[in-house]
Amino acid sequence: MNANPQTFKPPSVPPRAAESRRLVIGLAGQPNVGKSTVFSILTGLTAEVGNWPGRTVERREGSARIGGREFHVVDLPGTYSLTSNSEEERIAREFILRERPDVIVMLADASALERNLYLLAELLLLPIPVVLGVNMVDVALREGVEFDAHVLQAALGLPVVAMVASRNEGVAELLAAAAAVADGKQEYAPDRPEIAATHQSVYEQLNALIEPSVPAGVPTHWAALKLLEGDREVTESAQQWLPPAAWAQAHELLREHEDAVLDVAGARYEWIGRMVRAAVRRPRLGQVSFTDRFDRIATHPVLGLLLLLSVFGLVFWLTFSIAGPVQGWLEDGLIAASSGAMTAALAGAPAWLSGILVDGLLAGAGIVVTFVPILFVFFLALGLLEDTGYQSRMAYVMDRFMHRIGLHGKSFLPLFLGFGCNVPAVMGSRVIESRPARLLTIMLTPFVPCSARLVVLAFLVPLFFPAFPALVAWGLVVGNLLVLVLVGLLLDRFAFRRERLAFVMEMPLYHVPNPRTILIYALTNVWTFVKRAATIIVVASMVIWLLVSFPGESVNDSYLGMFGRVLEPVGALMGLDWRLVVATLSGFVAKENSIAALGIIFGADGQTLGGTLATVVAPASALAFLVLNMLFIPCVATVAAIRQETRSWGWTGLSAGMMLFSAMFFATLVYQLAVLLGLGGAIV
Amino acid sequence: MASTQPFILSELPDGFRGIVARVNGGRELAARLAAMGLTAGTEIVVLQNRGFGPMLARVRDTRIALGRGQASLVTVYECQSPDIQATFRAAPSG
Repeated sequence: MNANPQTFKPPSVPPRAAESRRLVIGLAGQPNVGKSTVFSILTGLTAEVGNWPGRTVERREGSARIGGREFHVVDLPGTYSLTSNSEEERIAREFILRERPDVIVMLADASALERNLYLLAELLLLPIPVVLGVNMVDVALREGVEFDAHVLQAALGLPVVAMVASRNEGVAELLAAAAAVADGKQEYAPDRPEIAATHQSVYEQLNALIEPSVPAGVPTHWAALKLLEGDREVTESAQQWLPPAAWAQAHELLREHEDAVLDVAGARYEWIGRMVRAAVRRPRLGQVSFTDRFDRIATHPVLGLLLLLSVFGLVFWLTFSIAGPVQGWLEDGLIAASSGAMTAALAGAPAWLSGILVDGLLAGAGIVVTFVPILFVFFLALGLLEDTGYQSRMAYVMDRFMHRIGLHGKSFLPLFLGFGCNVPAVMGSRVIESRPARLLTIMLTPFVPCSARLVVLAFLVPLFFPAFPALVAWGLVVGNLLVLVLVGLLLDRFAFRRERLAFVMEMPLYHVPNPRTILIYALTNVWTFVKRAATIIVVASMVIWLLVSFPGESVNDSYLGMFGRVLEPVGALMGLDWRLVVATLSGFVAKENSIAALGIIFGADGQTLGGTLATVVAPASALAFLVLNMLFIPCVATVAAIRQETRSWGWTGLSAGMMLFSAMFFATLVYQLAVLLGLGGAIV
Repeated sequence: MASTQPFILSELPDGFRGIVARVNGGRELAARLAAMGLTAGTEIVVLQNRGFGPMLARVRDTRIALGRGQASLVTVYECQSPDIQATFRAAPSG
């Protein structure tokens, strides 16, 4: 049955002596096949989230113990193929070729088996044995697709296990099959796709040409096929390892056969068609599934938009009615209590020590802690939207709007979350696969006014403009969003121009969500944030405390105050004196701090803040101050999240610099315009 | 069965059933679409095309959302599906 035994050598499965050794498993599969569910069943809370070396893509791995056997499971990024078009695809194949797991466990979706086996056709060319888990056979059955694992196993020549991972059916069997193959206990003689007859001869010529120079660990036939497919990475590296004469020859061959990619793909589907022919039956052809019926609403340009807005409304309502009170409780109970206890314990210590520990370190830790409930609820919601399959419909409905500013439909979700809090918004940008689109989204997220900034706005606007607060607040928020669109347009035009990616997205079938998967998803994400961002936040909090408390007693005589005075010429452009500059700067730890700072600075003479502000700050300056604060560098937690997601201080710095520049630019613009309109007046 | 004149995918109405003729626009897009099931010779059904924004199509049991730019690079032959032919045969005039 083996299609091409001469060219495709079967992968070597060396006999292993110690059978109780720990097996390394690579978990592969296309997106939306329930891979995270299987991963969470296998590894539970042993899972660790890191990054692939030198990459921004998450690497999740963990250990499993099934039937007394130890497994180490590495979750590969979900990819449709193994061509070098995306970072995820390169990571997946590099892992297989370099780290050489004992066995690959590939998951497939039973309701779209043909498309799923495209990845299998690619995996079978690599020198690691593969076992196949066909997941969601229950969903497929509802869609009218009947699937027979034994028939497919006989055709493919490798173990095939039917599964319903959301009910934990078939997972243990799949691992047992993987162990049997890795131990050489089960025969492994897979059928492999052959190349189309039209390209057989050029393929063999290429094989012969590169054979002497292919680096160790890279299968020759695989490299030849990837060259024919026009794989950018393999083509570039072949230029390095091939002698110049051989490269020139290969290059000429490839140029003559530029259309080979279509034939390679065509031949794979032809092979898949043969494999599944007997294994899949469709007794009830042509029925309208639940997915199609629900999509009539969910993807409708008007109804879909209404549904999406209601879903978001619900997410925000849940966040503020569940996470809000918990956050308050944590602040009042935990943080206040521990700061009281710490102050008491440090009673004998010098004032600076208790200051830096209580008001610096503990306050910073408090910020981290109070973010936890918000993040947890947001990630539960995100996990639910992803697990049910609704997330891609949101992206579809929003794509026509996001497209205008160079964004992918998927960018809408994180940007919208930003109204609640920028931190989960930045972290939520992970749903966008392509790195340029993800970076663009992360750069734009801080331009979305978060709830803390909206609170500052709601507090200050009535004090500055008692006559028409709603109009001013509305104008500021609309203006803020226009700035976001403008920056998006500019970044898209000048920074990310060449990297714009096509909008091609799968709309998976709707699924009943798996609570365990969602819970573990939320817990892992919150824990990752706490682990990675805590240090930055606590250190920043301590530094700010030092700047505010030394050398003098009050903010006025502090380093921050001095710094504010140094910046006064810059502030003057925006009509701001040093006190308003200092209040803005102090918002860096948390946005609400700028209100507290205003209180300390202006409230010194016993008057209420409201009474003072309106009399000492001219309307033009007040407007400029509000604009400056809306667009200013986001809070330290957001900066930490940006650093965590981009894995680069360069991008983090660029983001902060961009916010700073646009904040000052628009504040100056607003001030100068307002003065022209006669809203100036002297600053006391 | 299939007519000789291919249509452009982005111009086809909801419910149109055809066979993919070709994916233009370079190897990269062709490879990406192929991995998601869209290759020449595959049956394709237009699920939603409103004339603006992205569109939805089904190939190999997969619902794919395509931006207008991408959809304009795919050409499709018309194909009369068996049930449509059956309808024609059942019609009184035929």
